[in-house]
Amino acid sequence: MTEVAALVQVRALSKSFDGKSFAVDGVTFEIGAGEVFGLLGPNGAGKTTTIKMMTTLLRPSSGTASVCGRDIRKDAREVRRVVGVVPQEYTTDEDMSGLENITLIADLYGIPRRISSPRARELLRLVDLDEAGNRKVSTYSGGMRRRLELACGLINRPSLLFLDEPTLGLDVQTRAAVWSYIRKLKKEYGMTLLMTTHYLEEADSLCDRIAIIDHGKIVAMGSPRELKASVGGDIIQVGLKEADGDASDILRKVGQVREVKRTSPSDYRVKAEVGEEAAPQVMDALRTNGYHVNTISLTKPSLDEVYLEYTGRSLRDEDTGKVDAMAQRRMMRMARS
Amino acid sequence: MVAVRAEPAAEEHASTSPVHGLWALTNRELKKWYKVPMLLFFSLIQPVIWLTLYGTGMNFGTLFAKGISIPGVPPSEVASLSSQFMLNVFGVSNYFSFLAVGMLSFIVLFTAMFSGMSVVWDRRFGFLDKVLSTPVSRGAIIMAKVFSSVVRSLAQAAIVLVIAVLMDMDTSHFSVVGIAGTFAALFLMTLGLSSIFVMLALRSSDWQTQMAIMNLLNLPLLFASNALFPAKFMPAALQYVVRLNPISYGTDIGRQLLLGAPGLNTLAFDFSFLAGFAVVFSAIGVVLSWRYLTR
Ligand SMILES: Nc1ncnc2c1ncn2[C@@H]1O[C@H](COP(=O)(O)OP(=O)(O)OP(=O)(O)O)[C@@H](O)[C@H]1O
Ligand SMILES: [Mg+2]
Repeated sequence: MTEVAALVQVRALSKSFDGKSFAVDGVTFEIGAGEVFGLLGPNGAGKTTTIKMMTTLLRPSSGTASVCGRDIRKDAREVRRVVGVVPQEYTTDEDMSGLENITLIADLYGIPRRISSPRARELLRLVDLDEAGNRKVSTYSGGMRRRLELACGLINRPSLLFLDEPTLGLDVQTRAAVWSYIRKLKKEYGMTLLMTTHYLEEADSLCDRIAIIDHGKIVAMGSPRELKASVGGDIIQVGLKEADGDASDILRKVGQVREVKRTSPSDYRVKAEVGEEAAPQVMDALRTNGYHVNTISLTKPSLDEVYLEYTGRSLRDEDTGKVDAMAQRRMMRMARS
Repeated sequence: MVAVRAEPAAEEHASTSPVHGLWALTNRELKKWYKVPMLLFFSLIQPVIWLTLYGTGMNFGTLFAKGISIPGVPPSEVASLSSQFMLNVFGVSNYFSFLAVGMLSFIVLFTAMFSGMSVVWDRRFGFLDKVLSTPVSRGAIIMAKVFSSVVRSLAQAAIVLVIAVLMDMDTSHFSVVGIAGTFAALFLMTLGLSSIFVMLALRSSDWQTQMAIMNLLNLPLLFASNALFPAKFMPAALQYVVRLNPISYGTDIGRQLLLGAPGLNTLAFDFSFLAGFAVVFSAIGVVLSWRYLTR
């Protein structure tokens, strides 16, 4: 990447809750001023824990980070002053109106009312809540709450904004709206952002750089383009009849094939330089050797493949549904209690 | 990479004083309270029931006067014996008044106990995380809980006092100084008690544990004090507990100042004890909040 000034420097940051296993395990990265940096990873990868340490809500077990030139261990309060946080869960006070919530947060930053009142209204307008601003938050929909969280995170004009799953559990329209706010923040305010997400297309379209995190460790990092290039070649997914046995060796002998991975007893991931040419050859080789090809598909590398490559899991297939269900449950818990 | 140091806009530092955040948070708590008058109403029911059932229903003076008939002794004699008994035992001629002052301590204790609950709720609903991610001082977060609980307790105590006066309380010894002094004592008492209950909730995100703690402590604290019965007739061991219990001191001050009753201790001693109690526990609360509010 080009030489930019680092607004954030994270050094071997680790957190263990139980003293045995690590939720975050020696994470190191930098974020340049004005960058949108994405943390991408499955459930429990340690994304939220990383953010909580960087925003001084959790004490690191070891390692440290400097945020906007301040050490998160030594200058915790100064760090809090210059960053904004939009947490994963809803944290606004339901008994108060949106405007009251955001004004209270402004008070806690010590921003005088003559500055905070117009700014609160401006932010509510930014997230399309100016009409609902005087209603109690308990009457808001999930999407409205998330947008209110976003507005709260911006009240202190942060130099660095943390967005933890900003679009989790939102419908397509609201998600698109949040994306456009994020682009606006970057363009109009030159804000630096660290966001976590489950959605690959989100990371792909919003982030300048992405770190893929799994089991508390960063397994890959780079711009979306760099990451896609690192996977190397097109991917042919082949599904065979289960009873046919291992076809790995036969696949490897095909001229154009670079790499073969058996992902299940009957499924194979085959990498080839030019997929369109390799696919017919793969078919032929399998047929000739008596295998029954049930399915075959060709994919050009996208972040999905990158993700699959580095974490061994497909985010789109299994996780996303589960995550949304979780978000839903979380909301329901709040609503009930 | 070269590190960049970002500065917040200078204008924003203008009024950043510790009091700013403390006031904002206290105000939030109080708003929640006065916006729901039902809550206030319900919390007053219990002391009123106690006053009615216990203070008038089981009035010891009446028991003595009506319950004893000795042949040959005229009823007027019994009545004077009865009032002598009341003065010796309770320091006042009227048990209802004795109990009414105890009820001031009761309502203060019960209100203070709930201060811990609101910490637990804020943690559960995530609001605490929101507050913790702002630069407001950790001590201010705790003191806001304590102060709002103090205001609530004193307001409830004032209402209980008015109700007691309307019912049957003896007001012949009332004075402005006496009432002010009593509320000063209640202030110190609730400051210390609220700090204790907030402290117990610092790390907790489980309201059931909090409820269990409250239930474990409320009646013992009440009965092992002079709020309902005079301490001098209690067993020696219990009297030690009574003397450690801050509720006894608040009540003792109230009885001396509002009813002109003889006290367990001098007013100066009572006030010193309560002041020490309040200062020590609120200070511990603030210190612990620095360490324990974040994990
Ligand atoms: N307060 C806590 N106490 C104990 N373990 C925790 C705590 N918070 C998180 N963990 C554990 O740390 C690991 C990382 O959790 P974290 O919330 O950081 O994941 P995440 O990447 O944000 O996941 P998600 O996508 O589900 O939000 C998980 O295994 C989780 O169980
Ligand atoms: Mg998370």
